[in-house]
Amino acid sequence: MARFRRRVTRTRRGTYQIRLPQGEKDLLENLATQLRTMLSLGTSDPALRRLFPTAYHEDVERDREYQQLVRDELVDRRLAALTTVEETSAVQEVTEEQLAHWLTGLNDLRLVLGTRLDVSEDTDGTDGDDDDPDVTARSIYDYLGFLLTEIVDALAEGLPPSVESDI
Amino acid sequence: MVAPTPAPAPSEVSQPVDDTRTKPDQPWIVLVWNDPINLMSYVAFVLQKLFGYSREKADGLMLQVHHEGRAVVANGPRETCELHVFRLHEHGLWATMQHDL
Repeated sequence: MARFRRRVTRTRRGTYQIRLPQGEKDLLENLATQLRTMLSLGTSDPALRRLFPTAYHEDVERDREYQQLVRDELVDRRLAALTTVEETSAVQEVTEEQLAHWLTGLNDLRLVLGTRLDVSEDTDGTDGDDDDPDVTARSIYDYLGFLLTEIVDALAEGLPPSVESDI
Repeated sequence: MVAPTPAPAPSEVSQPVDDTRTKPDQPWIVLVWNDPINLMSYVAFVLQKLFGYSREKADGLMLQVHHEGRAVVANGPRETCELHVFRLHEHGLWATMQHDL
């Protein structure tokens, strides 16, 4: 079991190697396909609302304008990210742009799953016992968190030097 | 900051119209709110990536979000802030914007 071998690493060429067991590749492709299908169909699943947050929390009218302005673009970018995950789940090396798609695609999956599981600050997803009907969903949620952490660590190695600016 | 061009004032009007109502360049702030799902390392990375912040600064903002419930991550004109919010939403963060009062 390659538990302690990193699954995602940056190469000297600036690309990224992904080493996943076949079962994990299949799982990710399957999850990405499911969410892409839901987003393409415009499914009114409440969990999907988490992917389209409020921008103007103090101004309903402006927020409506913002949502109308960006909705299609946000959907398109999410679809593109999920498509990349589907298309590259089986390959061993991806570009930085592709891994950035993995990052947002997997995070979207985790957001939707976490919303469905009603994850709160107090439940980190690991405390479901064997009788929990959501035990499978919880382990997928935890797995996505684990893989996201690896992707973040790998991408952070490729960040350009910071350009500090004051807030 | 560009001041609005004043309308030619008739001689009987001694003062220009009070312009406190319209401040086109009044800065806006972008807030990121705490949420129970996004990973702390993910939030810090997104702030580094989108705003070019150092690891230390991004970590500090992320911790402020985590402990205080929210943090101001950027400011500027409305259009700029709206673009920031869009990029943060693209990355799944709970971001909002409002006038910097």
